[in-house]
Amino acid sequence: MSGHSTYEPKYAAERWLDKRLPIVRMGVDFMGFPSPRNLNYWYAFGGILTMCLMIQIITGIILAMHYTPDVNIAFDSVQRIRRDVPFGWLLQPIHAVGASMFFLAVYIHMFRGMFYGSYKNPRELLWIIGCLIYLAMMATGFLGYTLPWGQMSFWGATVITGFFGAIPIVGESLQQWLLGGYSVGNPTLQRFFSLHYLLPFVIAALVGLHIWAVHHVGQNNPIGIEPKSKKDTLPFHPFYTMKDAFAIAVFLMIFALFVFYLPDALGHADNYQRANPMVTPPHIVPEWYFLPFYAILRAVPDKLLGIILMFGAIAVLFVLPWLDTAKVRSMRFRPITRWFFIIFLVMCFILGWCGANSPDDVAIPIGEHGMTFKWVSRIATLYYFAYFIPILPVMGWIEKTKPVPESITKAVLSGDA
Amino acid sequence: MLQSLRKTLAVAAIVSTSLFAGSMVAQAAGGEGEHKVEHQKWGFQGPFGTYDRPAMQRGYQVYKEVCSSCHALEHLSFRHLGERGGPFYDAEFPNPNDNPVIKAFAKDWEVPDIDQDSGDSIDRPGIPADQFPDVFPNAIAAAASNGGAVPPDLSIIIPARSGGADYIYALLADGYTEAPHDFVLGDGTSYNKYFPGNQIAMAEPLFDDLIEYADGTAATKDQMARDVVEFLAWSGDPKMEVRKKVGFATFLFLFIFALLLFMTYKEVWKDVDH
Repeated sequence: MSGHSTYEPKYAAERWLDKRLPIVRMGVDFMGFPSPRNLNYWYAFGGILTMCLMIQIITGIILAMHYTPDVNIAFDSVQRIRRDVPFGWLLQPIHAVGASMFFLAVYIHMFRGMFYGSYKNPRELLWIIGCLIYLAMMATGFLGYTLPWGQMSFWGATVITGFFGAIPIVGESLQQWLLGGYSVGNPTLQRFFSLHYLLPFVIAALVGLHIWAVHHVGQNNPIGIEPKSKKDTLPFHPFYTMKDAFAIAVFLMIFALFVFYLPDALGHADNYQRANPMVTPPHIVPEWYFLPFYAILRAVPDKLLGIILMFGAIAVLFVLPWLDTAKVRSMRFRPITRWFFIIFLVMCFILGWCGANSPDDVAIPIGEHGMTFKWVSRIATLYYFAYFIPILPVMGWIEKTKPVPESITKAVLSGDA
Repeated sequence: MLQSLRKTLAVAAIVSTSLFAGSMVAQAAGGEGEHKVEHQKWGFQGPFGTYDRPAMQRGYQVYKEVCSSCHALEHLSFRHLGERGGPFYDAEFPNPNDNPVIKAFAKDWEVPDIDQDSGDSIDRPGIPADQFPDVFPNAIAAAASNGGAVPPDLSIIIPARSGGADYIYALLADGYTEAPHDFVLGDGTSYNKYFPGNQIAMAEPLFDDLIEYADGTAATKDQMARDVVEFLAWSGDPKMEVRKKVGFATFLFLFIFALLLFMTYKEVWKDVDH
């Protein structure tokens, strides 16, 4: 899609087709895409994510053939899938664990992009499309978690849709419009199912744009400098198809470990209980991949402010390309900022830990009463935002970066890549 | 070649450790009861774990003779008992609907139906294809006859409790103790040291020699608790054995496949410095 096409049709039939619909040319150019020769394994997660999306869509379409979105039947229909539908015992955990694997891979993919400065000029749009994919994934994951209609499904949906009710003036009517009623019920389940089926195809379209964008601007790489000569790149196939394929096989082993041996480890026992609007579970917790945002939400006493902070934590990602003022892309050459990044990473884990616990429980037993999770999450939330403003812009201005290699090939040959 | 393999393994290790950490956090979120539930050894745990068939059969007897007066098995049909991997599977009857043991079990239960001639509501003896019938017509009736508490469905009770098999076993085997002198129990409730809040509506269900096991095993309280948990573990996850078997084959395949891919990758890259 970028650069000069190298495809030359050899046979009459190919020439005939190429003149009318250059689909073979597109495929050949796609596979021959010049990729920096120094990409490491962290760059395999793009391919891994594509596979995750395909797994979710394929298993999801089959599950939808057996699932019934009705408050009286939904819970039983999931059990029926696991017990009576041929291979349902395999498909259902693949889909459920697959959501976790998808998020695991997307988080690694995002942190990789942040570490190597992959969001910087000219890749701002590539990054923003990625953020949109992440947003659509969050929506899809949340909607999908509602469908089994267990206790956590129901109460998670109640809590999340409650956010919209906190919006001033229009909140209440907006919430009722989303739910299709005054509370989470059958209309909610049916629309959530419909949207859960729709959004993956929106994600697929966005992934198409994301891949188009990366093929146009080229991949970033661990040292963050653009390829300067042909020697700096390798054709995507066979070099990166093989490297990615190996990485995918290793990733699938982690995936399989959970599907076959720990299918419930990433879920919550309460979701094996039928949804009951009369009984609130003692702890309503979202899936692990939402825990950091849940901690940010609960870090402040005001509901609306919490919601603004939570959405702000995602919104700030969209403007990241303009917050980071550094000329050098890769953190490898930013001796101080890389430590700020590592602390940022740790803070994200700490936020996840806080999100899984009750805000008033003691997290760290220091002082007279100990430090509660609420206070730990406040500190972590503060750092989360401080990383974007002011740490990144200020560090970009004041940090003295290490010398950047002249070219990718030079860096490779001297062992610095 | 080795260095590169090491790098991959390092990435894989980081990825899986963070995931495990995540799942530990998720698990930590749901603590039950005041007393810590002790971990028991179960044959169905571990990568090659299987259910103990005689124990499941005894467990079914405990369910039938003790639990079934209040608790339903909403997600089980009689035929499930005789399916491959079930407690009463018989290789001679691959179709459990033909299995005489299953037929006899089903006949023991009265199942609601509609009379095909008159259209009247009737009860008839069950057949293997029937689901286990509900114990109470609805949740209100269930609560009314149990002091306000609805006896939970038992077919997925093990996955539905955060302590799983260990918790249910502990609750039944040694959870019922004398309440501390300052603990005020509500009417018709009992003290159970493992139950969240310690006040449980279910009266102590198991006593030594409460039932007489068909296979002659001594029916101690501990034995019955163990057996019924074995049965309920199966009913909560009936495809566990086949899942683990397929899992092992999958790992074998993925391991060889990954090795071949790694060698291909190295072959493709052998003339490129990187």
